[in-house]
Amino acid sequence: MSAVESAEKIPAVSKKRSLKQRLNAKGYKWAPYLFVSPFFVLFAVFGLFPLLFSIYLSLHYGDATGGIDRMEFVGLANYIYLFRDDAWFHQSLINTGWLALASGIPQHVIAIPLAFFLHTSFKKTRNTVIGAYFVPFITSSVAISLVFTSLFSRDFGVINMILTQIGNVEIFGFQPLGWLFPTENVDWARPQYIKPMIAFVVFWRFVGWNTVLYLSAMQTIPKDLYEAATVDGAKPWQQFFYITLPQLKPMMFFAVTLTIIGNLQMFEEPFIITGGTGGIEQAGKTAAMHLYLTAFTEGDFGTASAVSWLLFFIIAILTWLNNKILGEKD
Amino acid sequence: MNKLKKSTIFAYIVVGLGAMIMLAPFYFMFIFATHSNGDILSVPPPLWFGSELMNNIDYLLNALPYFWHNVGMSFYIAIITTALNLLFCSMAGYALAMYDFKYRNVIFAFIMGTMLIPPFLGMIPTALVMKYLGWLNTPKALYIPMACGAMGIFMMKQFITSAIPKELIEAARMDGCNEFSIYWRVVVPLIKPAFGTLGLIVFIGQWNNFMGPLVVMNDMKMFTIPLALRSLQGTGMTPWGAICAGAAIAVIPLLIMFTLSSRRLIDGLTAGAVKG
Repeated sequence: MSAVESAEKIPAVSKKRSLKQRLNAKGYKWAPYLFVSPFFVLFAVFGLFPLLFSIYLSLHYGDATGGIDRMEFVGLANYIYLFRDDAWFHQSLINTGWLALASGIPQHVIAIPLAFFLHTSFKKTRNTVIGAYFVPFITSSVAISLVFTSLFSRDFGVINMILTQIGNVEIFGFQPLGWLFPTENVDWARPQYIKPMIAFVVFWRFVGWNTVLYLSAMQTIPKDLYEAATVDGAKPWQQFFYITLPQLKPMMFFAVTLTIIGNLQMFEEPFIITGGTGGIEQAGKTAAMHLYLTAFTEGDFGTASAVSWLLFFIIAILTWLNNKILGEKD
Repeated sequence: MNKLKKSTIFAYIVVGLGAMIMLAPFYFMFIFATHSNGDILSVPPPLWFGSELMNNIDYLLNALPYFWHNVGMSFYIAIITTALNLLFCSMAGYALAMYDFKYRNVIFAFIMGTMLIPPFLGMIPTALVMKYLGWLNTPKALYIPMACGAMGIFMMKQFITSAIPKELIEAARMDGCNEFSIYWRVVVPLIKPAFGTLGLIVFIGQWNNFMGPLVVMNDMKMFTIPLALRSLQGTGMTPWGAICAGAAIAVIPLLIMFTLSSRRLIDGLTAGAVKG
């Protein structure tokens, strides 16, 4: 009997193994799809569906918070309204463009030479210095915008104090810097000053990020290029203009693209600095803020969704243009 | 390098001054947090620590009775988001790095493509979806939608491709390890460094998140720190000392993380940019 038993066991065991192997083979086939499925489930519900829903909303009018059946189909009326009649939307687009340039251009103009200098002249203290420039990037923009609001306040702000002290420097009765620096306290909440203030805060947050990007690109430039140039007697500034800058072009394209995309979505800094209102005459209101206020203050979710799509297309077009101008030359 | 030219010294000074400008707002935040409003509003403003920190915190807790609850919410939401991202991103990254399967490249390209969708585009519909789901004022409204980011999948895929030899996976499979056990017992222990970097990035991102909670949290008790701080802004006299104390509480965890791991954080944040 025992022989029979064992004889029966052997095929049973081998059958079990093959079953396990078959299961494993099946597992191999299905496992990767299971492993990537959480992303797709989450994206379908909280990424794709909201996008489609947003298109639907942008073609309707009414208060969506009570249920979408309370909304009325209006076709492209929301878009036409935005194009033709919504003066605050136009103003917010102009503000966004102004702020994007005023905060974006200095970021790169300063980050590139700064990265070059860090790359060539700093050894031991490099990481500390990079850290100082980078830390604004990871801090809470809400917390730090609030701190900046106090630093920029008219009567007691540190920034006014420093600026007026420079502006009031007197040499033989003249104020040589008076034309460039204010001689009395600036009211930064006024329309003509709120934009420079917001732009400065955004510049402050992102200049270190760009410096790190350029620095990492500089570290990949072959050293023998510089060695050959040094042998030929090229001075450091010549090396900067004839080697570093041309070699940085791909990274410049990439970093500028990120700045365009990021700056056109500017929201948190202007929102906090203007107390969520857009400031006097809405001078500090960006397009993303207009989108938020249209939806959550005025309750017009349809027009707000149309704003979001228009802003999206503007960003897409500008990114494409940037690709045409900077991207294809090399 | 021996002879320091005047221009080089000048450049050192400029870079040093620039670094001080970068750090000055943090300095004033800490100084103001320890002064009364009267001190802050005087000219010149205080430049060294005062003794009013406790009064400012008292004021903060008066104005925001749920402030510690808000701090807890921020930690809770950021930690859950981080844990979910580590799990889901590493699973997806592992699949994309180590399996040959149909549509792999299409799936990967699609995931990367979702990074091009700007967050503001989903702001309004997401708020409505959360309302219809009944998730307003619940933490899951913030951590579920952000539980698996494309950036994290990309980072994990890169790291797993470079750190784990395919033979190791094959060997485990030969020994009869099933697919999930391979991931859990072989892959996870080997990718702890990447977990550290991704964890920091996700935690900081969620901790600083403002637009997300702004549209799904309207109950003061459920606010995260950025929302709570923002609600201090308002009509009348702004309590600068209390605001700076609150801002300091929001920023201190970030400063600690940054000091402990600045190199890893900077590398992690730029790696995606440079390689991708």
